[in-house]
Amino acid sequence: MAAATHLFQSQPNAARRLERATFWLFRSATYFVLFCGLGIFGTIVFKGAGTVFKTEAPFINTAFLTEAPESLYVFEFEGKKYEMGDGAFRAFKEKHPEAAKVKSESYVYSAGGIWPCIVGTVLLVVGSMTIALALGVSAAVYLNEYARDGIFIRFIRLAILNLAGVPSIVFGLFGFGMFVIFFGWNVSLLAGWFTLAFMVLPVVITASEESLKAVPKGFREGSLALGATKWQTIWKNVLPYALPGILTSSILGIARVAGETAPIMFTAAYVVRDKLPWDVEKVSDFFFQGVMALPYHIYVVSSKIPQNDYTERVQYGTAFVFLLVVAVIAATSILLRNKLRNRYKW
Amino acid sequence: MVAALAMPMEPRSPASTSAKASPAAPPAPQTLVDIEHVDFFYETTQALHDINLKIEAKKVTAFIGPSGCGKSTLLRCLNRMNDLIEGTRVARGTIKIHGVDIYQPDVDVIELRKRVGMVFQKSNPFPKSIYENITYGLRLQGMNDKEKLDAIVEKSLRGAALWDEVKDRLDASGLGLSGGQQQRLCIARAIAVEPEVILMDEPCSALDPVATAKVEELIQELRARFTIIIVTHNMQQAARCSDKTAFFYLGKLIEYADTRDIFTKPANAQTEAYVSGRFG
Repeated sequence: MAAATHLFQSQPNAARRLERATFWLFRSATYFVLFCGLGIFGTIVFKGAGTVFKTEAPFINTAFLTEAPESLYVFEFEGKKYEMGDGAFRAFKEKHPEAAKVKSESYVYSAGGIWPCIVGTVLLVVGSMTIALALGVSAAVYLNEYARDGIFIRFIRLAILNLAGVPSIVFGLFGFGMFVIFFGWNVSLLAGWFTLAFMVLPVVITASEESLKAVPKGFREGSLALGATKWQTIWKNVLPYALPGILTSSILGIARVAGETAPIMFTAAYVVRDKLPWDVEKVSDFFFQGVMALPYHIYVVSSKIPQNDYTERVQYGTAFVFLLVVAVIAATSILLRNKLRNRYKW
Repeated sequence: MVAALAMPMEPRSPASTSAKASPAAPPAPQTLVDIEHVDFFYETTQALHDINLKIEAKKVTAFIGPSGCGKSTLLRCLNRMNDLIEGTRVARGTIKIHGVDIYQPDVDVIELRKRVGMVFQKSNPFPKSIYENITYGLRLQGMNDKEKLDAIVEKSLRGAALWDEVKDRLDASGLGLSGGQQQRLCIARAIAVEPEVILMDEPCSALDPVATAKVEELIQELRARFTIIIVTHNMQQAARCSDKTAFFYLGKLIEYADTRDIFTKPANAQTEAYVSGRFG
């Protein structure tokens, strides 16, 4: 064993070995999480990109992004193998009457696209976030600016915290009982909006309250001392500064609202609906129609129909588009927030 | 009955505002704020004990005393800013402005605060442009006439000795100004709504000596138009810029007199000890 060459020569001992071991333990735990995340995203992007993009111009599978789901027909005709959707297959049979009796295999929802799902998800997110922000910010303003702390207010806060812990399927059942049946809204956008809004409400209220608390007291006092009413103060000199924080929290809400399947499966989502939401006779019908939604579509194509290579394409394609849609909505909110944040800085 | 209606004639109390004062006499100092027997509580802690004070119009009155003596508390009673703090109450006594008890139930706090403006210890310009800071109070009152607003912005900024420094950047954020400028912006914002009284709660405590000198200079200019009540830790400041000084200690008003008298021949031993720097 080599003798120490100088005063601070490092010597192996138990503490040092433990130090190295823990370092590697934490590091590998972190890398493992990263690896899992990459694995999930990688699979979705790799497999989904195959559905969404094409090798020849225009490189994007426009049919997948702009059409409604159809059944896929696979058949052999005059020695050639064809794959086509329901509509195209019928047109083909009209053009070639001799193909009428051809034997074909059909795969449900494996052709066409997911445009109605994209539209439905965007509508669900926009509507429910609007409701959640309106209700949540109002409640936060009341709790933080008006209410005097007492047993009742503490009880309300506790209730809000508890609400955050309720499983989403319970919100779904609640929405079904309350909005769909009791209010008679049927399976509709409106019922879905309120169900999803209630689900993210605790997050929005808590985060809004935090943002309101972060606005310095001096702004309120300064405004009140100039003869402003409480509401004038809040509207002109508190809420604008709290808004970036409120939006930050709602970005998290967006991801949840867009992704949850359970709350909408009883309240707003249709398995399939060719009609687009704006295709309504009168304006009020718009609110009382069910829609297709991306997460529910993924659920349907991966567990409600026979599985094969064709449905896998749809599954991963939908998941990939779903990630993109959430990313786009969230990015928009982040941009909006940053713009507001730059306007009001202190 | 007659006795009850007559003004109490204390030696240092200013002459009454009664119309009987002879018109030929030089304008007697008028009592604008009349504080009588005020007890004030934070929850169960008594912060003010039986305060009696008559503050004269168009004068600078300084409140001095060690920390926690109740001077800021009394100041914040005058525009009812203490209402914002839960559990505070004026338990006894009255505070009258223009003879109106400002704690009676039918008083509109908003109207009160329009007449009694305030400048805070920590300068608090809003994170808006300088122009919007000044016009904030006016817009609340529904004034939207651009020309009028422009004129008032200039007048207020000139009044706060800030115009020359900021006239080219009225659209810049009020928070971009230096500490002293920010405080003068807050003063400009307060005078823009034309209050009668301006309460200043240690307005210079966060400022360097140069900025402090500017604010003090400004106070000298403002005294002609406003009644100023200033709370300060800095005794030299009180001596330099006030006409009357009230010394508080442990929630009690110890002495209230002309500033010159307080600093040269205080009647009370505690006052003497404090102003000479032996405690506090």
